[in-house]
Amino acid sequence: MAEEFEPKIVAFLCKWCSSAGSDLAGVSRMKYPPNVVPITVMCSGSVSPLYIFSAFNQGADGVLISGCHPGDCHYIKGNYYARRKIALVRKLLSYMGLESKRFQMSWVSAAEGKKYTQVIEDFVEQLKTLGPQNKLRRN
Amino acid sequence: MKKTGVFVCHCGINIAGTVDVKKVAEELSKYPGVEHSEDYIYMCSDPGQNKIIDAVKEKQLDRVVISCCSPTLHETTFRNACKFAGINPFLCEISNIREQCSWVHSDTEKATEKAIKITKSTVERILRNEPLEPVSIPVTKRALVIGGGIAGIQSALDLANSDFEVILVERSPSIGGRMIQLSETFPTLDCSQCILTPKMVEVSKHKNIKLLTYSEVHEVSGYVGNFKVKILKKPTYVDPEKCTLCDECIKVCPIVVPNEFDLGLTGRRAIYIPFPQAIPASFTLDIQNCPGLVPIACGKCADVCEPNAINYDMQPEIIEAEVGTIITATGYDLYDKEQMAEYGYGKYPDVVDGLQFERLLSASGPTLGKILRPSDHEVPKEVVFIQCVGSRDPELHCAYCSKVCCMYTAKHAMLYKHNVPDGQAYVFYIDIRAGGKDYEEFVQRAIEEDNVLYLRGKVSKIFEENNKIKVWGVDTLSDKQIEIDADMVVLAMAIKPSKGIEELAKKLKVAVNQDGFLSEAHPKLRPLESVTSGMFFAGAAQAPKDIPEAVAQASGASAKAITILSQERLYHSPTVATINISLCSGCGMCVDVCPYDALSLEDFKAQVNEVLCEGCGTCVATCLRAAIETKNLTPLQIHEMIKASIGG
Ligand code: FES
Repeated sequence: MAEEFEPKIVAFLCKWCSSAGSDLAGVSRMKYPPNVVPITVMCSGSVSPLYIFSAFNQGADGVLISGCHPGDCHYIKGNYYARRKIALVRKLLSYMGLESKRFQMSWVSAAEGKKYTQVIEDFVEQLKTLGPQNKLRRN
Repeated sequence: MKKTGVFVCHCGINIAGTVDVKKVAEELSKYPGVEHSEDYIYMCSDPGQNKIIDAVKEKQLDRVVISCCSPTLHETTFRNACKFAGINPFLCEISNIREQCSWVHSDTEKATEKAIKITKSTVERILRNEPLEPVSIPVTKRALVIGGGIAGIQSALDLANSDFEVILVERSPSIGGRMIQLSETFPTLDCSQCILTPKMVEVSKHKNIKLLTYSEVHEVSGYVGNFKVKILKKPTYVDPEKCTLCDECIKVCPIVVPNEFDLGLTGRRAIYIPFPQAIPASFTLDIQNCPGLVPIACGKCADVCEPNAINYDMQPEIIEAEVGTIITATGYDLYDKEQMAEYGYGKYPDVVDGLQFERLLSASGPTLGKILRPSDHEVPKEVVFIQCVGSRDPELHCAYCSKVCCMYTAKHAMLYKHNVPDGQAYVFYIDIRAGGKDYEEFVQRAIEEDNVLYLRGKVSKIFEENNKIKVWGVDTLSDKQIEIDADMVVLAMAIKPSKGIEELAKKLKVAVNQDGFLSEAHPKLRPLESVTSGMFFAGAAQAPKDIPEAVAQASGASAKAITILSQERLYHSPTVATINISLCSGCGMCVDVCPYDALSLEDFKAQVNEVLCEGCGTCVATCLRAAIETKNLTPLQIHEMIKASIGG
């Protein structure tokens, strides 16, 4: 039997909420699939569209951006900018033919270890049904 | 050639139990740019840190990656070790393989693979880090304390006695908070007012404290060491300098409204002093309830005021101040009456809450310390105390324990028995939490010496019948249904953060938890502060707590605040935005999105104010020409990190 497809996911987590939330998941010893490699950024608002393209271009099967809940950004409104930008990027990606489900944004606070776990589980499941991403992968 | 050292920590078995740390170290030793790679059982321990220092010296490493726990724990530790070894601290980065890897996975092979990717990605980052020097900023040597209860008072006094200026803001007309409403305090039965009023007077007379009552925090900007605050001072319409407390005004005021200080057990006039020992000692005209500030509407108080202290033209005032740190001590409120309809709270006058009972017990209260029930002023002979009303009830009410109720209920029952020796006190409880010095002994004293009857169980129904309050409950120890014909019922209501905390927290940019209590930076190691630097907490605003705990936390918060105020300059992270002038087109989009006004246009080129910049990176993601980057986390670094994360 062929080995099950394991999607590769890059997750951009803001330092103040989502990275702290994923730390909490760890401290609470919650379990989730190891498909995600997190990159902690200062704020979800600092995630440039270029990062998203770069990730898909280098072969990511999915990209997650996670930040503080709307209104709770450590830098006041970074996540609002992120939300707006991401909506546009999503359109652009689907215009290029990429399944929009490969790209997700979530709000995970520093207290939501459980939610982080859930987000990852769901995303991995979703990507497993989609299979490998070849649309934007370089070569 | 850059020479990176990689140090992989076992963290006992916390990491090594799931991740093959040897393999991580070995894989990394082959990675381009890595000169040295090793693993050790506790990297953060003294021998662990020495390993880093030795390796740096021996192999002339110029940058370091530590694969260990979350950077929130030991980034500073390791950066200091690097500094000691002669490496710029910003050439040390942490790769988190514990919280974000070993603790959340169980498959060793996959977890190891992920740990390798995370570490490689951090190596890619460190290879492109530049040495940085912290940005230095001056410190305003003044603190703001929000809330004039016991916690705020203690914080303000500690700071003021350490010779720092303090602005103490209280939203009601007097300081004193909840503690001044209490009768006696457990477990010593000290009179609450007697121990608090001297502190209140000290606040009012202290040369370093500026007291702003009837005032609220309106706006907060700036950053640690340099906050700018705007405080709204509401008009009291009475000049405290002139008011002689003669009482003439309240004799003529035609309006009567429930008195907040007695929790509605008595009335007060529209012009009032909350309680006789109020600080500042002055009357306040409550505009919400006053018929109008013009003589046609009423004007009686101004007519009789001999010293002409009443001034209808007083206007709200915005007071601006600069402070270095802020302590929030906004205290608590009781859980809403409406939520507790099942206990007849708010419906039957003889069903009261704990604070109302405090007022009935207080020598300065409406009954001068005699216990008389509110409905007919008779001495109640059967009193039922119910604990955990609204607390520890995740389905319907608050999930948390309100912490003080077990103790104050024991105190209430005990004081009731002292007042009415032939009366009977019953306490319904789930279990007794009396963890505190002399607390357990106190509860035992109530049970043994004062014959308070403790019934373990919940109350199912309370209703009025024949001038009695029928209490139906169950005693789970004897497995019996209990029915009591009570004269009075006292509910130990859950406590919750005081009204408006969420709004205030937003202004302060501090987080609150799901119940609205202020969130500390770390529940164990940083319990007095927010993650937002310069913000400290004291008292029940952070979690339910009793007086000794609130006082201890308040002194702790002041000491923490002094660690900032005592510095001449603070150092702020240099990982700020920088502009590549040759790429900048001067479009100004970055200027618009910056939340800190740190960007400006100078000769059609963007410019960064490093002191104001917090390094959030919003501008980086906004710039269409990639002319901005944040130091040590540049788009190029991220790009390389992504590559290593995906691992080909
Ligand atoms: S800091 Fe979390 S989204 Fe801005």
